Amino acid sequence: MLTVGLFIPCYIEQIYPNVGLATLRLLEGHGVRAEYVEGQTCCGQPMANSGCAADAAPLAQKFLRLFRGYEYVVAPSGSCVSMVRNHYEPLLAGQPGFDHLKRSTFELCEFLVDVLKVAKIEGRFPHKVGLHQSCHGLRELRLAAGSERRIPPFDKVRLLLQELEGIELVELTRPDECCGFGGTFAVNEEAVSCMMGRDRVADHERAGAEIITAIDMSCLMHMDGLIRRDRKRLRIMHVAEVLAEAEAAA
Amino acid sequence: MSDVQQAVPRGGHPEAAAKFVANDARAHWHDQALWWVRKKRDVASAAVPDWEALRDAAAAIKAHTLSRLADYVEEFERKATALGAHVYFARDAADHNAIVHRILSERGVTKLVKSKSMLTEECHLNPYLEARGIEVTDTDLGERIVQLRHEPPSHIVLPAIHLKKEEIGELFHEQLGTEKGASDPKYLTEAARQHLRQRFLQAGAGLTGVNFAVAETGGVVVCTNEGNADMGTTLPPIHVACMGVEKLIPRRQDLPVFLRLLARSATGQPVTTYTTHFHGPRREGELHIVIVDNGRSAQLKDKVFRRSLACIRCGACMNTCPVFRRSGGYSYGWIVPGPIGVILAPGRDAAAHRTLPFASSLCGSCSDVCPVRIDLHHEILAWRQEIVRRGLLPWRKRAGMKLVGWVLRFGWLYRLAGWLARRLVPALPRGLVYARWNGWGRQRELPPMPRETFRQLYRRHRGEHQP
Repeated sequence: MLTVGLFIPCYIEQIYPNVGLATLRLLEGHGVRAEYVEGQTCCGQPMANSGCAADAAPLAQKFLRLFRGYEYVVAPSGSCVSMVRNHYEPLLAGQPGFDHLKRSTFELCEFLVDVLKVAKIEGRFPHKVGLHQSCHGLRELRLAAGSERRIPPFDKVRLLLQELEGIELVELTRPDECCGFGGTFAVNEEAVSCMMGRDRVADHERAGAEIITAIDMSCLMHMDGLIRRDRKRLRIMHVAEVLAEAEAAA
Repeated sequence: MSDVQQAVPRGGHPEAAAKFVANDARAHWHDQALWWVRKKRDVASAAVPDWEALRDAAAAIKAHTLSRLADYVEEFERKATALGAHVYFARDAADHNAIVHRILSERGVTKLVKSKSMLTEECHLNPYLEARGIEVTDTDLGERIVQLRHEPPSHIVLPAIHLKKEEIGELFHEQLGTEKGASDPKYLTEAARQHLRQRFLQAGAGLTGVNFAVAETGGVVVCTNEGNADMGTTLPPIHVACMGVEKLIPRRQDLPVFLRLLARSATGQPVTTYTTHFHGPRREGELHIVIVDNGRSAQLKDKVFRRSLACIRCGACMNTCPVFRRSGGYSYGWIVPGPIGVILAPGRDAAAHRTLPFASSLCGSCSDVCPVRIDLHHEILAWRQEIVRRGLLPWRKRAGMKLVGWVLRFGWLYRLAGWLARRLVPALPRGLVYARWNGWGRQRELPPMPRETFRQLYRRHRGEHQP
């Protein structure tokens, strides 16, 4: 049985534990043993993205120490995976096991599609769903082609969702604009951040979505904060929750 | 162009952006106007087979050129001089302004027409010349509009994008005598044409920017949509062309790579309406080419930020930037706003522009539209590190990050902090949780706080499912 290290981002561990559980169930459902690695906290992205790389360095060290023994590391977050894959370099370059860690850390959908070669999730999800493209998954991990680039279209997250029975993926007017979370940006540039978020939510609302889903809970937390403040009827669900619920309903 | 120097907004970008956002209808209008340009760019770029390969080629040519810029500058000077142009080198903005003024004053020029040049904006040439008795007329329509309003441009390609046609109608009514209340773009443009025609005829010299300077031929290329650079260099006998040293490209055959990318990226047109090649002065005329450093060679020395010198000033990063579209050009407080400005401005004055690298959600869209593949969002992130390294991050934020980083180093401390938050937030009165200190909660609800963490759920799950 393939065993992977389960990397659960700090805010998912603390605030959205069900997303972690859905991830675990999904992996187990596909014949993977997922081990939650005791002692993990945060990958250090909030510090690194604020320019405080020195404060992120001990967390990167800790991460390498905890996860380097695994064949694969899987996380329900594009942003945190990008931190490991694309931004640990200056903090960990040359350390034993780092090259392997960088190559073998995957976002959940990416792991299902690229490593497990899952082409279709057997499941039922009879809802109108808006897929929010989380920026770091899209443009740092290249999980989809993106609207900017002139390359043949592909989308690893959409691929998994669209095969679910009964699902209707709504068409957005701006298919991959940022929601405005952006980590500390959400507070540093609160006005622009909230305007961006409201514009995204409105796009999903106009398209008739009941549920907004994404690979990053941070985008959803931000949009959900606006949805609830504005008393809108939309719901948020992490892609792992959608897929796990669909599988359970199959 | 403006006769006012652009001021860094008090409170930096966040405060200026909040003011812009406060006018919701206008901010949305601005966002949609620029998104429309972004979509035009998408359509135009899709019509080019191998668009991505073209970007690769442009990036490679620029990287090569920057790696031996001094050689190409020398070659260009030699070739341009042989064609009969006068070539000048300006170390900085003051040098540039003095050179241009000397060229004009020695020839008794008192009226100058200019086509769009962000370099002369950067150097604040207009007020310099005006203070010395030279009348300067910007002839690009958008530039003329902001000049009449005594404003700087708010966008490098679309200088008056922050204004609505009704506001321009009002301005033209006051300044050019158009009918009150008229806002038909065709009518207003015609009025501007008539007004500018007089200025072209009276001018003693024409000044242009430069889009590309070709080392191999000694020629300079100017791209406009209005033909105003052509009018300004055809009617008066003297042509002054001002360029940043990074405008060089090696060979004539490199030019089509950039010409195909520039207009499509900038406005979604297949090519600029006018693309004019100047090889030496026209008959009985003079061509003066002023090559400006003004901080560029210092940037060239920097391993990370040198890549931004490849910028061809198409403005695509601004049009795609969700922050720029919702905060407006002026919120950046520098002549080049948007993602590229966020990188260039702190290079000139890091303390003054210290909030700019944080005026980005790091979404990365800019890097993917950039026709010369500048890794803009990574350079923005690198500037954040630089701001901290130079001690320019406010101490509260610095201390906050230190504290959070420290808590996260210890599993037990992190779990304790999480436990406290999950227990306290639901227990405290709403007025306290959503008090002034809570920047998140001004417009957003906090997430619901669960009783249990994933770690607890996992242990239970393993207890039930352990083989």
